[in-house]
Amino acid sequence: MYRFWRWVADHWVLVIGLIVLAYLFLPIVVVFLLSVNRPASRLSYDLSAQWTLEYWLDPFGSAGIADALRVSIGIALVATLIATVLGTLMAFALARHRFRGRGTANALVFLPMATPEVVLGSSLLALFVMLRVPLGFWTVVIAHVLFCLSFVVVTVKARLAGLDPRLQEAAMDLYATEWQTFRRVTLPLVLPGIAAAALLSLSLSFDDFIITNFNSGTTVTFPMFVWGAAQRGIPREVNVIGSAVFVLAFVLVLVTQLRGRGQARRGTGVS
Amino acid sequence: MGATAAPPPDDRSTVERPPRTRRRGLPFLLLLPGGLWLLLFFVVPSVQLAATSLYDRSGSLETGYRQAFAFGNYVDAVAEYWPHLLRSAGYAGIATVICLLLGYPLAYAIAQKAGRWRTLLLVCVIAPFFTTFLLRTLAWKSILSDNGPVVALWRALPFVPDDARLLATPVAVVAGLVYNFLPFMVLPLYASLERLDRRMLEASRDLYARPVATFRRVTLPLSMPGVVAGTLLTFIPATGDYINAELLGTPNQYMIGNVIDSAFLVRLDYPQAAALSFLLMATILVMVFSYLRAAGTEEVV
Repeated sequence: MYRFWRWVADHWVLVIGLIVLAYLFLPIVVVFLLSVNRPASRLSYDLSAQWTLEYWLDPFGSAGIADALRVSIGIALVATLIATVLGTLMAFALARHRFRGRGTANALVFLPMATPEVVLGSSLLALFVMLRVPLGFWTVVIAHVLFCLSFVVVTVKARLAGLDPRLQEAAMDLYATEWQTFRRVTLPLVLPGIAAAALLSLSLSFDDFIITNFNSGTTVTFPMFVWGAAQRGIPREVNVIGSAVFVLAFVLVLVTQLRGRGQARRGTGVS
Repeated sequence: MGATAAPPPDDRSTVERPPRTRRRGLPFLLLLPGGLWLLLFFVVPSVQLAATSLYDRSGSLETGYRQAFAFGNYVDAVAEYWPHLLRSAGYAGIATVICLLLGYPLAYAIAQKAGRWRTLLLVCVIAPFFTTFLLRTLAWKSILSDNGPVVALWRALPFVPDDARLLATPVAVVAGLVYNFLPFMVLPLYASLERLDRRMLEASRDLYARPVATFRRVTLPLSMPGVVAGTLLTFIPATGDYINAELLGTPNQYMIGNVIDSAFLVRLDYPQAAALSFLLMATILVMVFSYLRAAGTEEVV
């Protein structure tokens, strides 16, 4: 016991950090507990004494969940594809070239990130309504690309700025053409940054509620389904999907991170 | 995540580098598609928002609106909703300070103390993003429920009445804000603490500085870019948030986001909703730029 307290005294920063981390994880644990718990009444958020696996055995048992998930995944994929391509091009321009209007372009990329979601969403809604554009799948995609774009630009730009310019100079010295240098040296080095940006926009898009709520019309995404269900009692199947997605993403990210670290340690180049 | 974990772009190195291409049109070509997207769906709507905010409020979606340059819309909006504006700034401010106090030790522990557990802990910080934030916020409803253990503990404290609640109070809303935006504080803090040169800390200790003095005069100043980026990334979304107030609070805790949301989607009072939106955006921009100036850094972008 004494040795335990001694360790705590020596590592108090780490101990506080772990407590804060526990705070971050607490709701995730509760989401999981709710997924194996039969509620006492429809609108109850308390844990009851009845534990069950029925929701895990039939996660799409409640009407509308499967459709909402399909819509969300579709929107996230399309928006991520567009945002990643457009954002990567912009990042190359901003990181690699000096030109007139570069400051303005940088500000234009930064501003959407400094604007609260409720303003982004509502101003787009006002535009769509005035132009009489019907709200639906594509208006949500447009909105999602808008807020993902800035994050892609910043992520890829940071990766480009961290590259060692000597690697490309070496390629050019070895008589590689500009295109070969880009194809064989620059692009492989930037790829992890692009992948990170794509993952980021995928999760931003999948999880967005506020902007979607303004621009979706009658289209129902997964977060919107949760929101609607919260008014009349959440079907616990939603918690099953939330927990499952969490475990899946956690393992996936952890594995790629650890693999990436292993490669960096073996000295394949820029980490 | 990667955005904040990576070092800020270093402009000087770009200057010294030889130009990689002589085609002058290329950067504009690369910028064109993304730039157009931002122009069409960010700049144009913002201008449209400003215009809408000055429409004559007696119009409606069916009959159409008339541009009346009705600056009175702003006066009306502020007169009616100043408590919500103040509440938004207050809740978001308190939440940001708590996030900083909680996030700094965590970021420091991961960056300097975690050793080989660093990657795992970092993934744990972003892990909450893997579950829909609405579900996590609803989970707080269960955690803070009147019959739950947290409220029981709270009531056991001296000077807390036995029928005290946490749900439907400002405490719950601020706790929800802190929870939702804590990772946005930790990641930039981590990015700047990770680059901290340990020799600086050793030098400070060798010069007989106590731990507190080392922290105050070496660690904290060196991590300032992270503190600035973190407070902005926390404060901006927290000010506009209305999910926490809606799910964990009551109309007495509603923030400006709730008002904008209902003005646009329920009351359909577009001019007033636009006025409030524009006001929120302008206030935040002014605050961001004066904060950046005061902090003396431009490197956040």
